[in-house]
Amino acid sequence: MSAHLLDVVGLERHFDGLKAVDGISFSVAPGEVVSIIGPNGSGKTTTLNLVTGTIPAHGGTITLDGVRIDHADTARIAEQGVARTFQNGRVFATLSVADNIDVGLHSTLHASRPFRRLSGVFLLRWIPLLAELFIAVVGTPASRREQRRIEEVVETEIHRFEARLRPRRDDPAYSLSYANRRRTEIARALALQPKLLVLDEPTAGMNQTETAEVLSQLLELKAEGQTILLVEHKLDLVLTVSDRVIVMDGGRIIAQGSPEHVRRDPAVVEAYLGRRRGLGGEPE
Amino acid sequence: MFDTLIAGLLRGNVYALGAVGISLVFGVMNVVNFAQFSFFGLGAMLAWFFVAQIGLPFWLALILVVVICSALGLVINIAVVRPLASFLPLAAMLSTYAVSQILDNVSQIAFTAQFRVFPKVLPTSDFQVGNMRFGTSDLVMLGFTAATMVVMALFLKYGKIGRAIRATAQDQEAALQMGIPVALVQHVAFVIASALGGVAGVFIALYVGIANPTSGMNVGMTSFVAATLGGLGSLVGAVIGGFVLGILEAFGIHFFGDSAREIVVFVVLIAVLILRPGGLLGRVPLISTEPLTGTFLGKGRPLRIPAWVWLIAAVIGGVVVPLFGGDYLLMTGTQVLIYAIIAAGFTVTAGQAGVLALGQAGPIALGAYASALLTLHLPFSFWTAVPTAGLVAAVIASVLAAPIWGVKGHYISIATLGVGTVIVAIIRLVEPQGIYGIPGPQWGGVSLSTPVGFYLIDFVVLLITLGLMWRIRNSHLGRVISSVGSDEVAALASGVRVRDYKALAFAISAFFAGIGGALLAHQYTYIDPTIFTMLMSLLVVTIVIMGGVSLPHGAVVGALVLIGAMELLRFTPELRIIVYGLVLIGVVRFRPGGVLVRNS
Repeated sequence: MSAHLLDVVGLERHFDGLKAVDGISFSVAPGEVVSIIGPNGSGKTTTLNLVTGTIPAHGGTITLDGVRIDHADTARIAEQGVARTFQNGRVFATLSVADNIDVGLHSTLHASRPFRRLSGVFLLRWIPLLAELFIAVVGTPASRREQRRIEEVVETEIHRFEARLRPRRDDPAYSLSYANRRRTEIARALALQPKLLVLDEPTAGMNQTETAEVLSQLLELKAEGQTILLVEHKLDLVLTVSDRVIVMDGGRIIAQGSPEHVRRDPAVVEAYLGRRRGLGGEPE
Repeated sequence: MFDTLIAGLLRGNVYALGAVGISLVFGVMNVVNFAQFSFFGLGAMLAWFFVAQIGLPFWLALILVVVICSALGLVINIAVVRPLASFLPLAAMLSTYAVSQILDNVSQIAFTAQFRVFPKVLPTSDFQVGNMRFGTSDLVMLGFTAATMVVMALFLKYGKIGRAIRATAQDQEAALQMGIPVALVQHVAFVIASALGGVAGVFIALYVGIANPTSGMNVGMTSFVAATLGGLGSLVGAVIGGFVLGILEAFGIHFFGDSAREIVVFVVLIAVLILRPGGLLGRVPLISTEPLTGTFLGKGRPLRIPAWVWLIAAVIGGVVVPLFGGDYLLMTGTQVLIYAIIAAGFTVTAGQAGVLALGQAGPIALGAYASALLTLHLPFSFWTAVPTAGLVAAVIASVLAAPIWGVKGHYISIATLGVGTVIVAIIRLVEPQGIYGIPGPQWGGVSLSTPVGFYLIDFVVLLITLGLMWRIRNSHLGRVISSVGSDEVAALASGVRVRDYKALAFAISAFFAGIGGALLAHQYTYIDPTIFTMLMSLLVVTIVIMGGVSLPHGAVVGALVLIGAMELLRFTPELRIIVYGLVLIGVVRFRPGGVLVRNS
């Protein structure tokens, strides 16, 4: 029994002969914020896609809370408690902000999804679907209670981004600014009440003010004890928020450790920034 | 045996020509080109006209067909398809469908709908090898196709425009950035496709010996299937797909008879799509790269409809029409209501789950037959048979469609088309004669089989349908289904089992399609398989798109326009379809998201 929430051992993935992820191993402890950094093409996003099951792995094992998830499909992994955001901000464009968060709650529901244990059983998966349809049309006292809970969680998540998302609560997501889409995505991921929150470049395309906002929200989440696996290019943010940093290059892990340790590692400095700059330092 | 193989090669030859054109246009424009279907019929009729009526030599007729179809293709692309393609891929697809309707009917007006005997211009059995007979005609057709394919391959590989076509097919944006004249490339692709369509039409007429303006639909559909089978956008795939289908079809007919043709075609298609979701030579990307995919779902907000409008509509529909309407108005109204029920139930699949199912005629037929047989052979009344028919349609259609939900993108539409077609083909196989004397509704010994009786019953059923659809739409389940249509990858990452919810949406739609089919059967008192056609499926699709693809009440507006208003034009059947086509193009142009959806 390991004390780790996530254990990745010997993970591999290649694309037509190119080894995008080449036998990497790492782990994330509960409550820890772990960041993966590295140059473009070093395999960061692929690693996230493998952990969340978005693409299948070609080798190695992934264990979440003692349960193997490397051959599970994405939806199952989400049910196990892994929520993620995407590099380019994938929201449900035709749904409102509130409804996006509502969908995020899907895997936490029970009264609205009777018999959901059967949804993994080959010839019986229609039973939970019809039961869910029945609940949607008729409803039960328990499902109505759960509906109220859904509304509460939606409000809580919108409250997290109060100034930004509250005014846009009922607007369709395609009408949102880029930054608001990213916020909606994070709110949707948090609604899943994940054991592990996986963020793929949450500040990509954001300006300094918006980045600072994301940083403070990440720190808030960290204070709440949320375990986070983060891929991010903005180093100041990474070094501030992370407990541990993993550095990837060419599909391999070239260093890992505390932010201070990684900042000084010569291999990292060379791979990531070239010889003449230190991490997070000023250019000469 | 060899004769069957030759027959298969000749059929495959036609499909390959057609499929290459469809694949080419799909590659560079991302549009499924229904207009091409019409070029099959048109090519055949033009050739018949030139050879049989004017007496031109065959080779000259062939050249003229190529020239005319090319020119027409160019005009269509410039005037309709390209301008609309910038809105939504779906809009462009719909516009090509509208164009094909217009072309077919213009051709019918010009040549009349008669089946014409196509003259034997070349000997059909002047060669014999062993015990296998074939003719110059066959050799010319196969030779022409082979030559065309070689020229096309060289053109695409070495020609300047050919390279531009390949570049555009890979990435239209990037091609545009690199200074490739994308508009020109698309025109060229469209012209080539139209010309090949025309030639394929001539060949099928030559092979079958008969030409008819509307014969294009079947050939077109099969070519489309061939293109899909090979992998849309892959030209080699299209050729392989065409020949594979042609040969399978020929052997299917040889062993099981002509009625098995469609079953063979679509079962093969569905099997290939399940095993290779991108077609034989196509590839489906691991993660679709567009962040705001939303498949074909457009942006735009539904118009807010004030309560008094609802009230007035309900009063007109439920009180004024039944009280003051004559039989003709009531019967037309009943048709509108039935299609509104079917289409409102379809919005959850097309609009919310994002699956543009093209085979709704299948579940409609299931409902009609189930209700007819239940009332005729079992102690079911109208009142118990209709809902049971809905369940039967939902269960059978869902079971048959169960394997296809892993299929991605455009391919899933084709797969649903396959399921629908197979359902109707099986019904035709089992019960080819049609069913007479289907009893109407009764209440306390009083027959309600009157125009006003049917109208009121269907009105109530429509209200219940709308109520249920709104209830589902505004539940957590409804939002989950919408998330599936909006972005599958993100839905999966949120713990939504995408396939399951597509299947559920399809089952809901099939249920209401079954109800609608049952109501149709009881009103007609007679049904046969020719009622449940591809046109019926497309009508359902156009109705929901007309109203706003995800809005149940939009379906009512769509049905009013496309069934009700079209009825007004009944006195002139040919013009009717042309107006229908123009209305469609108009909607696509000015309200790409549907009549009830404001552009954004």
